[in-house]
Amino acid sequence: MKHLLTIEDLDREQVEMLLERAESFAEVTRRDIKKVPTLRGQTVVTLFYESSTRTSSSFELAAKRLSADVVSVKASGSSVDKGESLKDTVETLAAYDPAAIVIRHPYAGAAKMLTDWVGASVINAGDGMHQHPSQALLDVFTLRNRLGSLEGRNIWIVGDVLHSRVARSNIEAFQLMGATVTVCGPPTLIPRGIEATGCQVRYSLDDLDEADVIYLLRMQHERMSENFVPSIREYARLFQVNERRLHPRQLVMHPGPVNRGVEIGSRVIDSGQSLIAEQVASGLAVRMAILYELLTSNDEASGQSPSGPVPIGEPA
Amino acid sequence: MNRAPEEVVERLPEPLVQRPGPDASLLIREVSLLDPAAGVDGRYDVLIKGGQITELAEAGSVEAENGMEVIEADGLHVFPAFFDPHVHLRTPGQEHKEDLETGTRSAAAGGYAGLLLMANTTPPVSNPADISALRHQAETEASVPVGFMATVTRGMEGTELTDMAELREAGAVGFTDDGLPIKDPGIMRRALQYQRMCGGNIALHEEDPDLSAGGVMHEGDVSMALGLRGVPSISESVMISRDAAIAGYEGGRIQVQHLSAAESIEAVRQAKANGVEITCEVTPHHLCLTDEAVRDLDANRHKMNPPLRTEKDRQALIEALLDGTIDCIATDHAPHAPHEKEVPYEAAMMGVTGLETAFSSVYTKLVQPGVIPLELLIEKLGCGGVPFDIEPFSLEEGSTANLCLIDLEAEWVVGEDGYESRSHNSWCEGQTLNGRVLMTLANGQIAYRLRSFSMGVA
Repeated sequence: MKHLLTIEDLDREQVEMLLERAESFAEVTRRDIKKVPTLRGQTVVTLFYESSTRTSSSFELAAKRLSADVVSVKASGSSVDKGESLKDTVETLAAYDPAAIVIRHPYAGAAKMLTDWVGASVINAGDGMHQHPSQALLDVFTLRNRLGSLEGRNIWIVGDVLHSRVARSNIEAFQLMGATVTVCGPPTLIPRGIEATGCQVRYSLDDLDEADVIYLLRMQHERMSENFVPSIREYARLFQVNERRLHPRQLVMHPGPVNRGVEIGSRVIDSGQSLIAEQVASGLAVRMAILYELLTSNDEASGQSPSGPVPIGEPA
Repeated sequence: MNRAPEEVVERLPEPLVQRPGPDASLLIREVSLLDPAAGVDGRYDVLIKGGQITELAEAGSVEAENGMEVIEADGLHVFPAFFDPHVHLRTPGQEHKEDLETGTRSAAAGGYAGLLLMANTTPPVSNPADISALRHQAETEASVPVGFMATVTRGMEGTELTDMAELREAGAVGFTDDGLPIKDPGIMRRALQYQRMCGGNIALHEEDPDLSAGGVMHEGDVSMALGLRGVPSISESVMISRDAAIAGYEGGRIQVQHLSAAESIEAVRQAKANGVEITCEVTPHHLCLTDEAVRDLDANRHKMNPPLRTEKDRQALIEALLDGTIDCIATDHAPHAPHEKEVPYEAAMMGVTGLETAFSSVYTKLVQPGVIPLELLIEKLGCGGVPFDIEPFSLEEGSTANLCLIDLEAEWVVGEDGYESRSHNSWCEGQTLNGRVLMTLANGQIAYRLRSFSMGVA
């Protein structure tokens, strides 16, 4: 595995391997000294063209916990603001010879384009409405920790599926791990052609009790001005998952950031049924595992020693 | 029907202009000649003198005159040259993509001897003086005869009609806001009323901008999987139905550009059945590719408007080509510079080049597998001027030499030797195609010769 671009590129065995690796890193994060020397001397660049709290901070911390040097570039306040093209920016950063570039970009396929331009491993941290594979992997990791296995579980993804890269990655990842997926939301926010993925489509929460897991998506206020929904108030009445709609055996997930009182009731967030905080914690271990798998398997492939460069002062 | 009155037509300039050059004199010996319209199909010696086809004789019977170029063409084919009614040569204002010189060279390399140039330049071609200036420029730069279209609305802004009558007098072959639809049905109606006085077909880019709503590819399974905003098929067909109704009501005449969807074909078929004077075109890329190609997110080869649609749509286009619903093949040659295409799919400009590969691509993908006959391909590549009252080229004796010499056996990799076009956004980039244009004669002049194709002299 050299890059992580989409869930589609992975088979179940690779996902299992990543999850096992993540489990061992989760153990590391419980130690007093949370750092391992695995990527010492290697450089990881994070390049974020969209705002992000969870993803950027967890990739950055994951790389640091693995002892990599981290350069974080944000579009605002950089030469991107001055109109520099993606290609020129990436080629500039490539001059630092990074082992990995983690990129988030508002357009689909941006991460894939980087693979043509640089030799580094490319990690897609979200490309437009297309994919967000590390999110899907951390969600699978979180659910497995709670449920043991996703095999035969019913997972409902509720909300703005149309504009969601998380939905696209998670539908694939949940199905890959044996779960049955239903998407639910108003018809204006369910993309045409989604049946081709093999998931069910529902336009109301009436049958929500079928679900073992309810995965909520963020409802953005702009969707109202774009006429995807008539009002946020009506949306919340029809599709908000709150304690009245929830059965005690059901689990609730959300990729964040949440709109309290819109797609999710405030008390649900803070209840024991919510896995939202666990998702964030899993994010760190899973992203360490991703970096580890991509960067160390590269070394083996190219025949280099994984121990890194010879320390100064020692004979070469 | 809306044709300009005879006295108006007589005042109009010649529709096509080109750079003057020496008339060709050559003998093409033992060549397979195919001109379905003229009923010519067989092996001949073709003698061209002073830019005219002076003699079609039994193969091997004609002796070359002293000094005349002789092409031993046993195994090669000559067809009437092609005519493309839908080309963007980007002059004025976007010469970093293409200009009249590179664009006509690219056309000649594809076997074309006539082009109609779209008006969505910078600025758009909206004034009579623009047409005059462009025609003047073509007289020094165009190796293939070109005709200029003018915009329907001033600056393509969709709100005011251009001076259509004066534009016609200056040489505008027809009118189009191509690149954009004419959103306002009232403006569409006025343009068709004005057509009654000044003539000139109106070529329409049919798309409802509110239904397209920022879409970048066909709306369906693939757009869903890629998370790209989709353009629904009906975005095209509802506008065709609207404009066909207006044209029918006003007795107007319209050419529907680049059909892409099955629903659109139904709309055209219905309009034709209702007696509306409507013609339409299809591009080679819509005949050969589907939205599955977009999965690679390569904007350079696979982003254009209208978008590539499904296999069902592609099959419907082929069927409509076979049954005559589709009148001609047009490339919508739309060159763009690398920095406009080497960006994420959603941000990239729409359009692909097609002049150099039009024949070879459809020949390889549809004729060789037996989906459509060669005669049909030659006819549909040749009759693009008809909706604009420009007759197809003919190989009959006495005609001006407008022909292409093609080696159907030749195999070539697109882009391997570069392009004649200034831009490299060919939808065929990297593909191996069969059938290659060796030489093109346009208006009696040698407009193109493949570099490796040497000449012999008697």
